[in-house]
Amino acid sequence: MLGDGILKGLAETAKNFAGSFVSKERMTTVEYPEERLPLPEASRNFPFLVYDGDDWEKGLRCVACQICEKECPPKCIYIEKSKDKKPDYVGKPQIYPAKFDIDISVCMSCQICVEVCPFEAIKMNTEFELATDDRFGGLLLDRKELARSNEYYHQIHPTEASEVDARLAEEKSKVEAKARAAAQAAAAKAAATPTTAIPSTPLPGKPAANVDARPASTAKTAEDNKNAETRATNEGEPKA
Amino acid sequence: MSSSGIKTERLAGWNRPPVIESDGEGELLEVAMGPHHPSTHGVFRMDVVLDGERVIKLKPVFGYLHRNHEQLGQSQSYLANMPYTDRLDYFCSLTNNWAYALAVEKLAGQEVPERAEYLRVILAELTRVQNHASTIGFLLQEMGASGTPLMYAFREREKILDLFESLTGSRMMCNYMRFGGCRVDASPAWLDATRKVVDGLPAFIDEFERFLMTNEILIARCQGIGVLRPDLAVNAGISGPMLRASGVNYDIRKVDHYGIYDRFKFRVPLGDHGDIYDRYMVRMLEMRESISILKQALKELPTGPVMDPKAKIRNFRPKPGEVYGRIEAPKGELGFYLISDGSPNPYRYRIRPPSFINLTVLEDMCLGSNVADVVLIFGSVDIVLGEVDR
Repeated sequence: MLGDGILKGLAETAKNFAGSFVSKERMTTVEYPEERLPLPEASRNFPFLVYDGDDWEKGLRCVACQICEKECPPKCIYIEKSKDKKPDYVGKPQIYPAKFDIDISVCMSCQICVEVCPFEAIKMNTEFELATDDRFGGLLLDRKELARSNEYYHQIHPTEASEVDARLAEEKSKVEAKARAAAQAAAAKAAATPTTAIPSTPLPGKPAANVDARPASTAKTAEDNKNAETRATNEGEPKA
Repeated sequence: MSSSGIKTERLAGWNRPPVIESDGEGELLEVAMGPHHPSTHGVFRMDVVLDGERVIKLKPVFGYLHRNHEQLGQSQSYLANMPYTDRLDYFCSLTNNWAYALAVEKLAGQEVPERAEYLRVILAELTRVQNHASTIGFLLQEMGASGTPLMYAFREREKILDLFESLTGSRMMCNYMRFGGCRVDASPAWLDATRKVVDGLPAFIDEFERFLMTNEILIARCQGIGVLRPDLAVNAGISGPMLRASGVNYDIRKVDHYGIYDRFKFRVPLGDHGDIYDRYMVRMLEMRESISILKQALKELPTGPVMDPKAKIRNFRPKPGEVYGRIEAPKGELGFYLISDGSPNPYRYRIRPPSFINLTVLEDMCLGSNVADVVLIFGSVDIVLGEVDR
């Protein structure tokens, strides 16, 4: 029959149109700014730097090893090493990035920096509403703009963050067990001395002093390494 | 004949002298279709010489999207080039990843764990389904069915892209495969979601077939138009659905048995006439075969690691040698040719893109047909400009 193709087509359209009022499955779109679909956990956009604790500058995990800078395919990372050192998560004095810039107008969100980072310091963010009227400065993020807390990391990638925390806790407990054995005698004396935030001079083989610098996290590790796998997401890090 | 507007000496400057003679009435008209034309799938120009409505000469002009892909690959490490392969054919980044990983694994003699092979097959077949679905959608859009079939195809494609996003982190720029496996493992939840999507796909294909296979307009516009003879297809190096629509039985999944394709039972659909309708039907049937492969792979998926623990991520230096790794990408044979001199970056890196090579017979298919058919014939080739221009 002439025109039955049109009728068949219109019937299908009508079915879908009417169906969209009945079944949620048929509604394939959402009204974006008001309504948002939850992002999948693996979702990635641009990198950020993870810090532990409250102070973003003190807690940055990055040790400025510049591996990500070297491996980055479009070369959008720029790092300057610091002159002095600060303790990292195990308490070892490490240099830190005096400058850490990512040009997100160049970044291609490939995640290779995350894969090659041996310190779990750089992770992928899921923020995507990054429009700015400043084309150059607004898209060139420095380390302060890049820094996000570990809690934030737990929020956006819960599974991955718990795995990372478990791995770091295990590493830390290993290092501490070694340090305790090495500096058994010195430990008691060092614990009595007042806290200093950052040792200005690098003191090799002085784990006790660094343990002091971050007492809360050290206290936590003892119980952490037992149930490291099942560690709750947001209470893993020191409060003060 | 001699009184045409464009003289023969001007036509001599084209790539080949005209094959079709003009009928001598009226003037010849030189039209540039593109680079910004709704049918050109990006930035692509066709310089067409018309005699009335008839095409008597066609010259494809590309390179507007050239971005030095091969040179980039030669100047950086093997791993750093992986995300760039996503940007070749941005509809099927996972098959691009696989082809590149396959070439580098061949070069380095790297083994791939069983589970990773299965995941690769699952992802490649999902890619094939979504690529064919959107190709058919675009083809119908160019036929004048503006919007609806394309949106229906994109609705299914979106489900598959959601799967890609929840596994690899990105909808289109997946960057998922590594030399020696895959980057992350698929969770049971993801596999359940995939099964659900795969189970829903046949209904979508049925819907398409019910409305389109016998549609008068589609048959009138497609059958007998843009015929590609099998001998020309073979000589021009055409591959993929376009070659099979001309009746040549050549599927690299069957020829090379790369990965684990010899474990699955599937058929290779072949066309008879090599016209647009056959190309459309071959894609339709291939989607059905892909679904059958997907079902088998999802059933047999073993447990185990997805990454060879001995595989190196950083400081990857394969020993000197040369290699050509190819797979059956949705658009045809996608090959990566690599020469290593033992340094961290390839000495020579060359891509054999299916879109680019399939475009070379565009003129032969278009000669003698109407201008409106050029758009259709071009759409039935299934190209992505990111891959053509590299």
